[in-house]
Amino acid sequence: MAISMNWVKEYVDLDDVDLKELATKITNAGVNVEHVTQNNLNNLVIGEVLECEDIPETHLHKCLVDVGTDKRQIVCGANNVTKGIKVIVSLPGAILPGGFEIKASTIRGYESNGMICALSELGLEEDTPENHAKGICVLPENAKVGEDVVKYMGLDDTIYELDLNPNRNIDCTNHIGFSYEVASVLGKKVTLPDISTKPIKDSIKKHFSLEVATPNCTLYNAKMVIGVKIKESPDFIKHRLIAAGMRPINNVVDISNYVMLEFGQPLHFFDKDKLGDKILVRMAGDNEGIVTLDKKYRELFSEDIVITDGEKPVCIAGVMGGENTEVDENTKNILIESAIFNSYNVRYTSLRLDLRSEASLRYERGLNWEYTNMAIERACHLLEKYADGKVLSDTIVYDTIDKTVKIADVTLDDVNTTLGLSMKKSDVEKSLTNLGFEYTESKNKFTVTIPNRRLDVEPHKQDLIEEIGRLYGYDKIESVLPNIPDKAGNYIGAVAYRKLISKRLRSLGLNECRTYTLVSDEENNLFNYNKHEQIDLLRPMSSDKKTIRQTILPSLLKTYEYNKARNVKDIMIYEIANTYFNKDEEETKIAILMKGDYLNNSWSSISSKVDFYLIKGILENLLDYLGFRNRYQLEAKEIDGIHPGISAEILLDREPIGFIGRVHPTITKDDVYVLEISMNKFYDKKIKPIKFKEISKYPSIVKDLAFIINKDITSGEVVDTIRKAGGKLLTNIEVFDVYTGENVKPDEKSIAYSLTFSDPTRTLSDEEVMQIFNKIIEEVEKKHNAILRDK
Amino acid sequence: MEEKVESIKVELIKDLSNTKSIQDVQNLKVKYLGKKGLVTELTANMKDLSIDEKKIVGKLSNETKNYVTEEISKLENKIETEELNKKLQSEKIDISLPSTKVNVGGSNILEKIIEEVEELAISMGYDVVEGPEVEKDLYNFELLNLPKGHPARDAQDTFYTDGDTLLLRSQTSPVQIRTMLENKDKTPIRIICPGKTYRRDDDDATHSHQFTQIEGLLVDKDISLANLKATFDVIAKKLFGSDRETRFRPSFYPFTEPSVEMDISCFNCGGKGCNICKGTGWITVGGAGIVHHNVLDNCGYDSNKWTGFAFGFGAERLAMLKYGITDIRTFYTNDLRIKDNFDRKDV
Repeated sequence: MAISMNWVKEYVDLDDVDLKELATKITNAGVNVEHVTQNNLNNLVIGEVLECEDIPETHLHKCLVDVGTDKRQIVCGANNVTKGIKVIVSLPGAILPGGFEIKASTIRGYESNGMICALSELGLEEDTPENHAKGICVLPENAKVGEDVVKYMGLDDTIYELDLNPNRNIDCTNHIGFSYEVASVLGKKVTLPDISTKPIKDSIKKHFSLEVATPNCTLYNAKMVIGVKIKESPDFIKHRLIAAGMRPINNVVDISNYVMLEFGQPLHFFDKDKLGDKILVRMAGDNEGIVTLDKKYRELFSEDIVITDGEKPVCIAGVMGGENTEVDENTKNILIESAIFNSYNVRYTSLRLDLRSEASLRYERGLNWEYTNMAIERACHLLEKYADGKVLSDTIVYDTIDKTVKIADVTLDDVNTTLGLSMKKSDVEKSLTNLGFEYTESKNKFTVTIPNRRLDVEPHKQDLIEEIGRLYGYDKIESVLPNIPDKAGNYIGAVAYRKLISKRLRSLGLNECRTYTLVSDEENNLFNYNKHEQIDLLRPMSSDKKTIRQTILPSLLKTYEYNKARNVKDIMIYEIANTYFNKDEEETKIAILMKGDYLNNSWSSISSKVDFYLIKGILENLLDYLGFRNRYQLEAKEIDGIHPGISAEILLDREPIGFIGRVHPTITKDDVYVLEISMNKFYDKKIKPIKFKEISKYPSIVKDLAFIINKDITSGEVVDTIRKAGGKLLTNIEVFDVYTGENVKPDEKSIAYSLTFSDPTRTLSDEEVMQIFNKIIEEVEKKHNAILRDK
Repeated sequence: MEEKVESIKVELIKDLSNTKSIQDVQNLKVKYLGKKGLVTELTANMKDLSIDEKKIVGKLSNETKNYVTEEISKLENKIETEELNKKLQSEKIDISLPSTKVNVGGSNILEKIIEEVEELAISMGYDVVEGPEVEKDLYNFELLNLPKGHPARDAQDTFYTDGDTLLLRSQTSPVQIRTMLENKDKTPIRIICPGKTYRRDDDDATHSHQFTQIEGLLVDKDISLANLKATFDVIAKKLFGSDRETRFRPSFYPFTEPSVEMDISCFNCGGKGCNICKGTGWITVGGAGIVHHNVLDNCGYDSNKWTGFAFGFGAERLAMLKYGITDIRTFYTNDLRIKDNFDRKDV
């Protein structure tokens, strides 16, 4: 929101006030003045064209211009330049809007010491073909040569660009409301503008009837002004509209906008002759439509409030007028609407039609009924003055506004307890007075009446404390730690568990990632493992962020590709994040991706390339760390997106918790290994407490053996058999060789195991170990059709 | 006998001076101390001697044996040391060659800063609580004093997944609501809630549709803005240096009243004004305020008895300020090359 401080000066005395310092004070009191800009058009003076000659074979003119300090030659291309007129001259050094700097130069061999300007070149008019055709700006004859143009035109304004919080979007988006804020900060009073009119005898009531048939319109004022003359607005209106960021159009349209920027009340002007003699405000019917001012047909729904002439819509309330009753250059008689509509409906309709405007936003945020009533009078006043209009007597009013006055109590103690300050009674009184809040006080208790213009202030002590505090200044607050008992803080729920896992994975060399929750359909379906019903956004911003992911791995694959493209060779990453599988449940998943050398040295042969067994090692390390040793296993299983031969489901206590494997070569040709498990499946599982276990003092006996078995038999199966046959004394089994090739048939393989036997209480004898050892051989041979390999 | 011994010694000295290798030492041992060695032979005919003679010869030969053993052993040690040194010299490596990388994983920058705040908060008695990211409109907005149609909802254009009841949370504040509602005994509360949040923003250097908030809530008796300021001081100094000054500016949040912006004195220029603080000397790092009475009442805490404060930070903003990161997408691209910079203890 841009505020013209020239405009504000109409309502608050700003003589001797430094506007830059004022901006800081206002910001510190809670209304952010983001920028303060001066209309910094320098080196613009009024000049008189003394001579003007055509330059042959060009459209240019060679002029001699008196600029007060000297007479200089200027080349001008405009076709309306002529001897004897007063013009705007930008002297060398002037910087025009768009950063265009004027320099002394030579044009077609003719010296030119400045530029004669058009209004559009100064940013005072829109740069349209029509305005361009008008040529340079010709000033009245009485303009004084040499005078500063900015001053002459009343352009010496200071603009405050406000960055408003939603609460102050209501009262500070108009110049009167903002003036109250200025007055609060300065401790001054606000003078409201003249809204008086000289109505003619004819009453609007003879020409017009009003009916409101919906509770969504709570206030509707109508006034009539006849005989208006459409023409240009006076300069002060144009300049102020430009300063506030609006384009001047003609006096009638400009007055409507001017009053909106003044009181915050959007007005609508109907061409009375096109409208007829009746207004009915109602909700739209389902099969209705209207062509709006922008010449587009708009389909209407039952949520839209419409103004009708009794039958057809003539305006979408609060959003946009209809073409059928538009004010145009031939309009003579105007019906003015100043109303309050349900903010929800205006919001809904303007959003649906994509027609949010300065006006609709103001309806949405809420309006002060006092200003609704004043604004219509103000518009009449201005139309009378600047459009030659005659105001009919009386106003047609429909009014169901609840005018209950907002009153609240607050005590000095309340103020000081909440703010942590030690304000005195007089401080509070000063704040309230400056705010323009009326109050009575008794025994340090203030009974405060909140003015209607402050729609954001609720009748509650907390609201009053905020208002009092912000004016008094939060910089006066001294830090005091809360006087509450000490207690230990903790991670609650699964947070600590997740962090534990995260730390472990980092210690295992994996890097933590953070990727987006929203993914594409394709990504979400890449690994089709235990999929649930997909949860899509209702209005996604793009197809690559349309659904809430159920798997993290596709995002890690993206991260992999990103890093690979940047020549990162060894990529070990993980992410722990929430995924979603129905409306009420979120599933925390742990995803790991590994590719490259887990350990390497660039110049020697040391390296440990990631393969299935390495990522399996990471998984086991993690699960062991979490206390699940011997409670999990892998089961070969084909999973979408995973290499069918290098793929397994992970079971914990015989229940699936996720999967592990190499990414399918159709997804990436690189040997990328991944796993994903669901933390929800195990974070609350019971585990055994840590207990010290005596390491056996007695020597253990190690025996090696190798079997030739069919290659489809897994090592796991053999180990199971060995473990069962080995009993308690067999304390460790290690695979130390897997061999296929020479001396082994194509459908067979050889696996060698190293078995450790020990007893914590005694030394084992060779005989008893041999006995078990032979039993193991016998069992494996019998069960797996294995052959013991000779040493 | 003594002559024999003397000649052995003379011969030994000669032999020793000619001995160059461990193998020579072994030969020497055989020559003098072997079964038929010179020293051994001194006692070859002991059995023919008288007891007195035996004593003398025994003593003498023992002394000789000890002498020879010691001399050989001395030489042996010397040669061994020489040979070892020679071997070690030959094993000399080029220590300038690159190391074998020992890989330890790093944390995401955001996680790093979140944990920093968490640890500080825990030390101040706050619990760390998380909540769902797909949230009810009721918790994300309505109970936070943001009824449907409230204009302040505009600032948080939200991703809905189910009509207007279910959404991707636009702030972490619903965790505060859940905590207050779930605390049936209505006892004092001290929590911080870090987490992912989502708003309909187009991603660019300063906007992200997904971002991270860290919010804090304290509910107790007679809590003031001065208490909030002191708490903010602690956090600001921890994150941005002990010489930071803080200030509050009035602001607006629907769920707090009064609401404030929390500023720190610029850590770059110390308050003189620079690029980072846009010439103001101050940097806004978060928002806060006294919990709105409607929010307390909505969650079953009688606002006539209880008061509290709430504060919130954008984790991305904190990290961008603290580490001088200029593009918010940095946190989500996970460029592993960044790690070289971040995988270490901070000041």
